Order: sequence, then C-alpha cells, then structure tokens
Amino acid sequence: MTAVQVPPKQALPQAVPVLPDPEHARQSRRKRRREALTALAFLAPWFVGLIVITAGPLLASLYLSFTDYSLLGDHEWVGLDNYTRMFDDPRFVKALTNTAIYVFVSVPLQLSFALALALILDRGVRGLPIYRSIYYLPSLLGSSVAIAILWRKVFGADGLVNDFLGFLGIQGTSWVSNPDTALGTLIVLNVWTFGSPMVIFLAGLRQIPGSYYEAASIDGAGKIRQFFSITLPLLTPIIFFNLILQLINAFQSFTQAYVVSGGNGSPADSTLFYTMYVYERGFNAWQMGYASAMAWVLVLIIASLTAVNFLMSKYWVFYNDK
Amino acid sequence: MTNKTRTKPDSGKRSGSGTHAAPMNDTLLARALTAVRGKKILTHIGLILFGLAMLYPLLWMISSALKPEELIFREQGLIPTSITFENFGAGWNALRHPFGHYFMNSAIITAGAVVGNLLACSLAAYAFARLEFPLKRFWFAVMLGSIMLPLHVVIVPQYILFSELGWINTFYPLIVPKFLATDAFFIFLMVQFIRTLPRDLDEAALIDGAGHWRIFSRIIIPLSMPALATTAIFTFIWTWNDFLSQLIFLTNPDVHTVPVALRTFLDSSGESSWGPMFAISVLSLGPIFGFFLAGQRYLVRGIATTGLK
Repeated sequence: MTAVQVPPKQALPQAVPVLPDPEHARQSRRKRRREALTALAFLAPWFVGLIVITAGPLLASLYLSFTDYSLLGDHEWVGLDNYTRMFDDPRFVKALTNTAIYVFVSVPLQLSFALALALILDRGVRGLPIYRSIYYLPSLLGSSVAIAILWRKVFGADGLVNDFLGFLGIQGTSWVSNPDTALGTLIVLNVWTFGSPMVIFLAGLRQIPGSYYEAASIDGAGKIRQFFSITLPLLTPIIFFNLILQLINAFQSFTQAYVVSGGNGSPADSTLFYTMYVYERGFNAWQMGYASAMAWVLVLIIASLTAVNFLMSKYWVFYNDK
Repeated sequence: MTNKTRTKPDSGKRSGSGTHAAPMNDTLLARALTAVRGKKILTHIGLILFGLAMLYPLLWMISSALKPEELIFREQGLIPTSITFENFGAGWNALRHPFGHYFMNSAIITAGAVVGNLLACSLAAYAFARLEFPLKRFWFAVMLGSIMLPLHVVIVPQYILFSELGWINTFYPLIVPKFLATDAFFIFLMVQFIRTLPRDLDEAALIDGAGHWRIFSRIIIPLSMPALATTAIFTFIWTWNDFLSQLIFLTNPDVHTVPVALRTFLDSSGESSWGPMFAISVLSLGPIFGFFLAGQRYLVRGIATTGLK
C-alpha cells in the first residue's frame, strides 16, 4: 500500500529538457498514478493473501521457533533452545538422514529415467503422445493417498512384488514392514513418477535445432559424438531446472511416507520423513515452537541446497544464448 | 518436426555412397530399410512393455477391486475369474458416513479452490503482465519467492490464525486462501502466458476509451483460455490429491475429505479389508483420471512451460 504514494520520479527529468510543458508533465504523472491505483486494485487479493496467509505466518513461525508455544496457554521465550535441541534429538537426526537418503537416491534415479525415456521418444517414435501420456499418468496419481495405500499392498508380504519374485523362485519379505527396505519402497514410488520431468525434457529436446545435427553428421560426427557434443550440452539448462524442482519437491514429500508407514514412520522410524516429524511434533505433541524451528531449518536446507546448485551450475550448465 | 530433418542426413549418406552401382544400391537400401523398421518395432515393443510395467500396479488395483475378497491375494493374474461389485458396496459404507459424503466434501473444496485460483491469480497476473506500478520488479520477485516456500513453515501460525477465527473443521481454510492468490505458481503461469499476447488489442481498446477492467475481462481473459484451463486442471488435481492441509484443518469426521477418509479407513480396518479399500481407492482416482483424459493437451503444455508437477 505504501507503493502507491511513491511519486513517479522518472517523469520529471525526462519531461523537463524537451519542452517546459507543465501541463503535459502533470497529465502523465496523473496517468501513472491512476495506473498504479488500478494495479493496486488488481493486486489487492494477492497483497492481502501475501500479508495474512504467507508473510505474516512466516514471521510468526520465526518468532514461535524461539518460544515453547503449545497452542494452549502462554508461550515463553526460550532463545535458541529449540534449535540446539534438534541435534540432540535422535528422531530428528533419523528423520533428516531418511529424507536425505530419499532425496539424493530417488531424484537422480527419477531424472535418469526421465531423460532416457525422453531421448528414446524424441527419435521420431510414432505414437509419441500415447506413450507420453502413459508414462506421465503416474506423476498425476503418485501423490494421492490411494496410490500410497496401493503401494503398501504392492510391497506387502503377499503383494504384487512378491508374487512376481515367487514366479522367479525368489522368496521375498514384507518390504514395507522391514526397516531395511521400507525406505526403498518410497524411493521406488518417487522414481515411478518420472513422467513430469520427462515431459519437460521432451519439450527441451524439441528446442534443439535439427540443423545442428545435420552439420555435425556432415562433419562426420557419429550418433554418440552428437549426443555428447550437441544434445547433452544444450539440454543442461533443462537438467538443471528439473534437478532444482525435484530436489525441492522431494525434500517436502509427506503423504506417501505418512500413509505407507501408517502415520508414525514405522518400522523403527525407517520411513520417518522430515515433514512427518514436523507434523508429529506440531500437531500431535503440540510442540509448536519446536515444530516451527524445524520448519525453519528445512527452509534453510532447501535454500542453501538451491544456492549451492546455482553456484555449481556455472561449471556444468551451458547457455546457448550468448 | 525436427525428427524428420534429423534422420535425413543418414539416409542421404547411405544412398550417396553407392550411386555408381545402381542394383547394389537397391538391395542395400532395402536391407537398410528393413533394419531400420526392425529396430523401430523393437523400440515399440520395449516401450509398450515398459509402459505396461509402469501401469501394472494400477491395473492390479482395479482388478483386485473387482475380485471377491478371498481371491485377491490367492489369484495372481490380472483378469479375475469371477467379478463382483461387493467391494464397492462394502467400502462405500465402511465408515461413519457413506463415502458419497466425503466425495461431496472433496468436491466442494476442489470447486472452491478452482474458482478462487482462476479469479485471484488472473487478476494479479494481469497487473504483473500489463500494468506499470512502483516496485514492480520487487513484488514480482516476492511472488516468485513465495512459490518455493514450504507449506510447513507457515502452517503452524496459519493453524493458530484459523482456530482464532473458528475456522478449524470448516472448509474456509482450504478455500479462502485460494481467493487471495496464495498459489503463486498460477500467477507466474498466467503472467508468462499474457506476456505472449500481442499488445495491439489492448492499445486499440485503450484508445477507444476502455478501462483496464474492460481490457482484462473482454480481451485478456478470452484470449487466455489455454492458461486458465491449465490452471483449473492443475488446481483440481492438486486439491483433490491434497492430504496434509486437509489432515490438519479437518479433524472432525463430518468434514473429512476423500483422502483423509481413506486414511481413516486404512487405520480402522488395518490389514483386513483390502478389497473394499482398493475399490474406494479406484473410485477416488476416477476424477483425476477423467481430468487427465479431458485435459491432456493443457497438462502437457502446462508442464512444458512452467515445470508443474
């Protein structure tokens, strides 16, 4: 709202040297102010939402993270206690480790599948839209409770995976209730949703001009050489984009682990995800100060991961637009 | 389109190398063509098998939902030897309310979210794409930054706010924020789209004395239908699938939505009634599948331009 009162500073120095026409300057100033007011009207819902639903709560949770607020009763300032407590909390460390393993195993696998399938489909396969749709469907369904329930059964003791293994003569276990394999089933679930990065890769591949390949093959470059010298470098911005997006998504994933583990990260906290622990502390144990502190650490983790990625991108992402 | 031009140099090279021996060339070409065709068929077989493997769990769920309870884990094939709809009836009435009640709750929330996002996000997008105002770049950066903010970092204060307002166990916490354009991703999507529309029409309308509201409602909105469709479809799917915020804001079973009710179902019946649970799960995925079939074009374009999930 303060934005409207700021006078359009650029108007004066531009108008003065041309012709000392105060009437014209006043008119354009008035026009600008009217446009700013119109913009304010169009942006009003967003501004209210930003303040009440996003920015306000963001600051409030920062404040709460230094208190021991529990919804009922008063809150007391506890300084950095919530933050130092985290690193002595074995369940927090476990949740952070689980999430890190999940993110750093499933995202590279998911993107590899996405890239491989995109490359195969981009070679002029007939029926591309049909294949694209089939591979994309799991991305839409993957975050639902229904699929998580299905997963629990597919990887259960008498589920689909063990049927298949039995067919091959291998004795399987109950994958979801074994602490060594439960996290793996969630990783498989995330890899299963490789369709959406694949669609982005396909769009990126289509941007590469065919003339580059013609020129390369005239110069005698083979298919493999073409892939490493043309396709891959020109695709690095898209790989980078997908990587950032999927890392951020994976760090926040909640529903699947919550449903597959029955809501408590079982067996033996092996599927306790970061976000699940935040939820459990905040809304089951009502330790809202502690939950807020953990949420802020999550923001810092995601922000620094993204920042590191951007810094590293200088060394491997190739932008063709220079 | 590029694919055609990309295969050209290869075939050109092949025929070019054998121009001096015409009969040889023919058989070589024919052999090369069959080799290419064989390779293509192999690719298709591979792609189809892989697609089947991907969809197999879904097909298994549908087939299990149609099997009598005792056959689900006994019979391994996809095609049921006997079909029954018992599971659907049993699942429908498994909880305190029939599942129709939860479907209705989900539908109300989803419809509210779609309308809210379409309205609020398109208004904000028009301002960012077409109007000049002070600190525009700063506000645009704030909007982009808010996209990346994890829900967890704001949900505790939001819960406190909504419980002060008496909104816990109502649909307001799930609908009202959408009317305040908090799903900034869709503002970004529409800004990107509106920027591609030619300004000639707006300028002509301005000269004719139309205000910005008229330009927005009569020119920009009708031209932005693809972006609006993408927004509507993604909002629908995300809201329908959403679990965390519904779990937090809706604790009373009367206002439970389909995902929350399914979770309760899983908790209450444990490992016993998989048939009915699969049946309801299949039904719960139905609307998403329908929107997927109807709006594929917009979905693919939406992901390709903005990287939505």
